Amino acid sequence: MTIELFKEYFEQLQQADHKSSLGTVRQNAFNAFSKMGIPGLKHEEWKYTRISGVFNKEFKVPFVADVSITKAEVDAVRLPGHEEANELVFVNGIFSFELSKIFSKDLTVLPLEEAAANEYKEIVSTHLGHSARYQKDGINALNTAFVHGGVFIHVSKGKIVEHPVYIYNITDARFAPILSQPRSLIYVGVNAQMKLVETFSTMGEQESFTNQVLEMVVEKDAHAEYYKIQNDAGHSQVSTTHIRQIGKSYTHTVTISLDGSIVRNNLNVILDADHCESHLYGLYLMKGDTHVDNHTVVDNVQPNCFSNELYKGIMDGNATGVFNGKIFVEPDAQKTNAYQSNKNILLSDSASINAKPQLEIFADDVKCSHGCTVGSLDEEAMFYLRSRGISEKTARSLMLHAFADNVLEHINLPVIRDYVDELISERLGYEMV
Amino acid sequence: MLSIRNLHAGIEEKKILKGINLDIKPGEVHAIMGPNGSGKSTLASVLAGRADYEVLDGSVDFDGKDLLELSPEARAGEGLFLAFQYPVEIPGLSTTNFIKTAVNEVRKYRGQESLDAVAFLRLMKEKMAMMEIDQSLLSRPLNEGFSGGEKKRNEIFQMAMLEPKLAILDETDSGLDIDAIRIVANGVNKLRSKDNAVLLVTHYQRLLDYIVPDFVHVLYNGRIVKSGTKELALELEERGYDFIKSVVDAVEEA
Repeated sequence: MTIELFKEYFEQLQQADHKSSLGTVRQNAFNAFSKMGIPGLKHEEWKYTRISGVFNKEFKVPFVADVSITKAEVDAVRLPGHEEANELVFVNGIFSFELSKIFSKDLTVLPLEEAAANEYKEIVSTHLGHSARYQKDGINALNTAFVHGGVFIHVSKGKIVEHPVYIYNITDARFAPILSQPRSLIYVGVNAQMKLVETFSTMGEQESFTNQVLEMVVEKDAHAEYYKIQNDAGHSQVSTTHIRQIGKSYTHTVTISLDGSIVRNNLNVILDADHCESHLYGLYLMKGDTHVDNHTVVDNVQPNCFSNELYKGIMDGNATGVFNGKIFVEPDAQKTNAYQSNKNILLSDSASINAKPQLEIFADDVKCSHGCTVGSLDEEAMFYLRSRGISEKTARSLMLHAFADNVLEHINLPVIRDYVDELISERLGYEMV
Repeated sequence: MLSIRNLHAGIEEKKILKGINLDIKPGEVHAIMGPNGSGKSTLASVLAGRADYEVLDGSVDFDGKDLLELSPEARAGEGLFLAFQYPVEIPGLSTTNFIKTAVNEVRKYRGQESLDAVAFLRLMKEKMAMMEIDQSLLSRPLNEGFSGGEKKRNEIFQMAMLEPKLAILDETDSGLDIDAIRIVANGVNKLRSKDNAVLLVTHYQRLLDYIVPDFVHVLYNGRIVKSGTKELALELEERGYDFIKSVVDAVEEA
């Protein structure tokens, strides 16, 4: 896909949507994208994840809401517990009100363009695109260049959204290869709370590429949880989650990657206020010829913040993986407590993982630690289980499931935890007896 | 029930067992004693099928089956049980789920129907009472953060649940205080019957005050150098292993 073709699509969008409050934002981003292009292996942050190959072919870049998807088709991707959840549906990267269901009264959901022009203007102009400071590459700029049909989610001061918000990103690749670029800006107000769950799925036989950017702003005393489940076999995505805690607050993310051709996650947590707390968990379980890449950044801007990060991976077949965990402690961020751990099990000789913890500390009174392991299954434990009559296959599944468990236990929505647990048990060929 | 003939085994080029002969009949309790490094734990491991060890010569017959040809899980299915000297901690695996899986896989091996949740719970309650073990222990991840005594009690509890024909207790007493030894020994004694057998591997005589053996064997330098009744254990306790060492070494030199 050439820059010229992107430009063609871009100009169509600018023309069709010339009244948009986001036209200038898009233009600036497109200029940046034109300069940077799709990141190749020479880009430091893309050394082991080759997405340029995906763009050798031409994708359609939709910017008109696709109405061809029916409610029944959405049913196929609904998550358990959806009866009790708010459901937001993106089709080909464009938010669809018709297919969504918003019933929590304290949850405000608006088209991003609308929010950029009304009472939320200030918030949108301050926070939309903040991720660009951390994702200095063409792929992030590409999303912003086409920002259209995005969504603004707002939880007012003191409100608790009791029912979780499920976001379904559906790509309809039945008729053409599609580049989906969902965009969200989420604002969790002072002392407000919400839980988000997000999934990705592709319909049809054609190729799809999802390039998502979700930016979240978390105010003082707010509490936000975000769960991402990636299980879209054969399709690729770059999923950027940019969380900025601007007041003393709590965030909690769990990223579960179970399938996909190339799956790249950028998770940035900016601790931009005193006494922020953030927990980052990840589990990737890949096999076949898949590739998973988790790039995380915890940026301690202000003092006294706490972060705890645990990513675990099980790699089988020819699966390749990357874990790159950055912790920045900026000069003012004294008394930072930051922990990071990445543990991997390789089940085959041709599976691999590139793990790179990266700590950059510019303050002197901090506690930071990181650890990383890559190994195979513990032989002594396997023997212990087998000596009790448990077959090798079951013992293996039990062990792997146990390995995954201390990430899964951090999914604080029981129906979602059970759902993921089931997917994993199925994958590991493990049946509860 | 168990018949070991001229068993030679080692690990990484190092020969440890150098010709073991031992017969165990149903209803019997045998104790294997010996100094550190004599090969006691190796014998237990080889019988249970630990992969690190290589069998170099000899045979082991277990109720008509060639034990050495069986996988560890098949040995368990046939009714062999090893209580580990160092039970493994597995965070994330609930003890109850582990035991339930083991019980049902063993039942499957034996051609029995698997237990449903209710039947399993009933069996577990019964054995818990017998073994004086608390439910709270079993809801925890397998052996994780268990004290030494809790781990050993958990081993004996698993033994009670799996109802083996031959139980091998590998230094189950080591590191336990006297109360814990008593509880573990009581558990083992309750499981004894005319149809099953126990092989105790121990360094000390103390355990044998509580689980009284029919036969005592002294293992030294990879061979059983002396067999006798429980009095032999008392003699060893009194005179120490040096007495055996000096006798055997003198014979070998001659």
